[in-house]
Amino acid sequence: MPAFDEMTDAAGAIRAPYRGYAQWLQTAQSDRLQQRRHEADTLFRRLGITFAVYGEGGDTERLIPFDIVPRILSASEWARLRRGLEQRVKALNAFLDDIYHDKAILREGKIPADLITGNEQYTAAMAGFKVPHGIYSHIAGIDLVRTGEDEFFVLEDNARTPSGVSYMLENREAMMRLFPELFGAVRVAPVGHYPDALLQTLRECAPPNCNDEPTVALLTPGVFNSAYFEHVFLAEQMGIELVEGSDLVVRDNRVYMRMVGGLKRVDVLYRRLDDAFLDPQAFRKDSMIGVPGLFAAYKAGNITITNAVGTGVADDKSIYPYVPEMVRFYLAEEPLLANVPTYILRRPDDLKYTLEHLPELVVKEVHGSGGYGMLVGPRSSKAEIEAFRAKIIAKPEAYIAQPTLALSTCPTFVDQGLAPRHVDLRPFVLSGNTTRIVPGGLTRVALREGSLVVNSSQGGGTKDTWILEPGPLDAPPADMQAADTPTGQAQSQTSSGAV
Amino acid sequence: MLSRAADNLYWMMRYVERAENMARMLDVTHRMSLMGADAGMNQWNATLIIAGCEKPFALRGGAASPRSVIDFLAFERENPSSIAACLLAARENARAMRAQITNEAWESINAAWLEMRTLSLDKVESDGLRGFFDWVRDRSHLFRGVAEGTMQRGDAYRFMRLGTLIERADSTARILDVKYHILLPSSKDVGGAVDYYQWGALLRSVSSFRIYRQIYRDAITPLRVAELLVLRDDMPRSLHACFGEIVEILDELRRDYRRDFPSVRLAERILMQLRYGSIDDILSVGLHEYLTEAIDRNIELGVAIAQDFMHTA
Repeated sequence: MPAFDEMTDAAGAIRAPYRGYAQWLQTAQSDRLQQRRHEADTLFRRLGITFAVYGEGGDTERLIPFDIVPRILSASEWARLRRGLEQRVKALNAFLDDIYHDKAILREGKIPADLITGNEQYTAAMAGFKVPHGIYSHIAGIDLVRTGEDEFFVLEDNARTPSGVSYMLENREAMMRLFPELFGAVRVAPVGHYPDALLQTLRECAPPNCNDEPTVALLTPGVFNSAYFEHVFLAEQMGIELVEGSDLVVRDNRVYMRMVGGLKRVDVLYRRLDDAFLDPQAFRKDSMIGVPGLFAAYKAGNITITNAVGTGVADDKSIYPYVPEMVRFYLAEEPLLANVPTYILRRPDDLKYTLEHLPELVVKEVHGSGGYGMLVGPRSSKAEIEAFRAKIIAKPEAYIAQPTLALSTCPTFVDQGLAPRHVDLRPFVLSGNTTRIVPGGLTRVALREGSLVVNSSQGGGTKDTWILEPGPLDAPPADMQAADTPTGQAQSQTSSGAV
Repeated sequence: MLSRAADNLYWMMRYVERAENMARMLDVTHRMSLMGADAGMNQWNATLIIAGCEKPFALRGGAASPRSVIDFLAFERENPSSIAACLLAARENARAMRAQITNEAWESINAAWLEMRTLSLDKVESDGLRGFFDWVRDRSHLFRGVAEGTMQRGDAYRFMRLGTLIERADSTARILDVKYHILLPSSKDVGGAVDYYQWGALLRSVSSFRIYRQIYRDAITPLRVAELLVLRDDMPRSLHACFGEIVEILDELRRDYRRDFPSVRLAERILMQLRYGSIDDILSVGLHEYLTEAIDRNIELGVAIAQDFMHTA
């Protein structure tokens, strides 16, 4: 079955969201597009929008390839996704609060308790601690994939320190520089207010012992981190200090920055550093990039750490299959966004099915990330499959399996011209006093023909994501509820198969 | 501003200034060698001494030739004082401080490095070395100019200026010290052709040749060169001018933070001596001794500034 193309339907007609763009494309000359593509490269390199790649030799600073063809969703498509995202992140936050306090969801048997207690992402030191305002994952990135007109699935939740939002912002900036006339022809919802929304969210999460206007800082592992550019970018956009561990000092359970004029109190720390490295006194003792005493200050109510410590247990791949159940359990609602049907290999039936169908499935390590440690059955040789089979049999509980989805494609500018390439979407969900979601997110595109792996470390690129402003032709359908039904159905299939 | 940021910005500018001064020195030495004013390696050795690279150059092995000195001081990335290493260090500091400097400033230094990394001695030789030295100087001017033209006059800019000025004062003192030492034996022939070119070259290396002519309207004498580069407060590269601005900036910091910083008093003491000193005072101590002390005190000031602002406990 050919993949769903987001621009063109099976009969070759342009789908509604792309009509404005397609019209413009007809008038654009291909050599001019080619030229703009080169300009985009120069622009990104000049601005220094790079990410670091280690362990592969050669240049450690790379550009993430940027594709000049936007990925477009209609206002009504987005409205649906938006509600689903909000719902999902609410459930994830409720889940985190629960497992660090009452553990109701475990007591009721909705999730096997050993998945939590035996999970290395579960941080015992957080048990019983009331985080400020009850929010754990203030910034979440939810990876979505699409397989049909109305079929969107959550592929993965990122509840720890999701990155990529700077590319969302810079991609828009680049598109507006390269194709100003396009933005006159097509009405695209702006995304530039994300840093404001983020800062507002962070300020709302001030700790109990902060009485003044809270001071917010962004904690980075440092210049060698692959997302360092993004840390700089966000700190600059929000007008807050970008600090490294050595810039912070804890005195009497209070956290201060070392400033030119002396020490300055910090109230909210947007950290882009993994839990393990945050504080050598509380976690990994060999961490040179953390802040000794930070965790004690946190527990004393003198600082808010965003995202909270211990959120990794919510986005672990072994927990993922249970997120729809969380939605039902905590919100008493049906999930609006479906999971990809998932086989949990700790279950004998799922394991048996998976081992019989390896060439069709994608198998993922439950603690892996970044597209490493996974098997894409249809794209693997017999030998690779057999090698992976041995790994699964040795430790089935370490894996989940999913059908290979025919990810939607979007036209992409490659050397031969425009060609369909598979895409996904990572919207960013901000949780403070209210939920904020900037329209769109980061579209990642697998640039190699046929490839389904969109990770930047594995040859993926990015696109600007356009959410069209609602127009007369794109008013939200009156039967919004009905439009949600297919998702609901897919959801219940998932649930019966997986939960 | 964060102490670490102050430190990074300060060093970013020191590295840019160091790259520029290195290019100026190499340019002049190269020009002199083309004129045959110094057939041997004297000038090249002096350049190594000024750059503080005499030992590492000897240790690297291989024969000493003008070409090998240029390669070592301009392109050898293993040599932390080379133009390439300085531009890279400046760029890395800028990258770490992107939130503190304007996009234009970042783009300027990033572009300089991206071009520098494609260059080698072989490549620039075929296009002419002077073009390369001019390019380095221009990039330094451009970067400083962009910063001057775009950055808020806050702490970031102040620490950047301090870096420029401390490095520049150090460089001027070193150039004068070493060259003076080498040139003096030949300067019996005051006003002679060799002298004119030698001292003229020194002045050119600090962009002061024309200013000298305008101020003194006379033959170039070692004494006046020293006076110009040490005591004139209207010469942008003189010690007096550098310390004048250093004191202004430190005074602003003292006012803003309402604290008494030891570095401020030290800088004021140095400035007083430059302001009220005369060339005769200097000669009575001996120029070499005077400059050696100036270099030491400048280093001391750098340490004091770091302690006061960059290593906040």
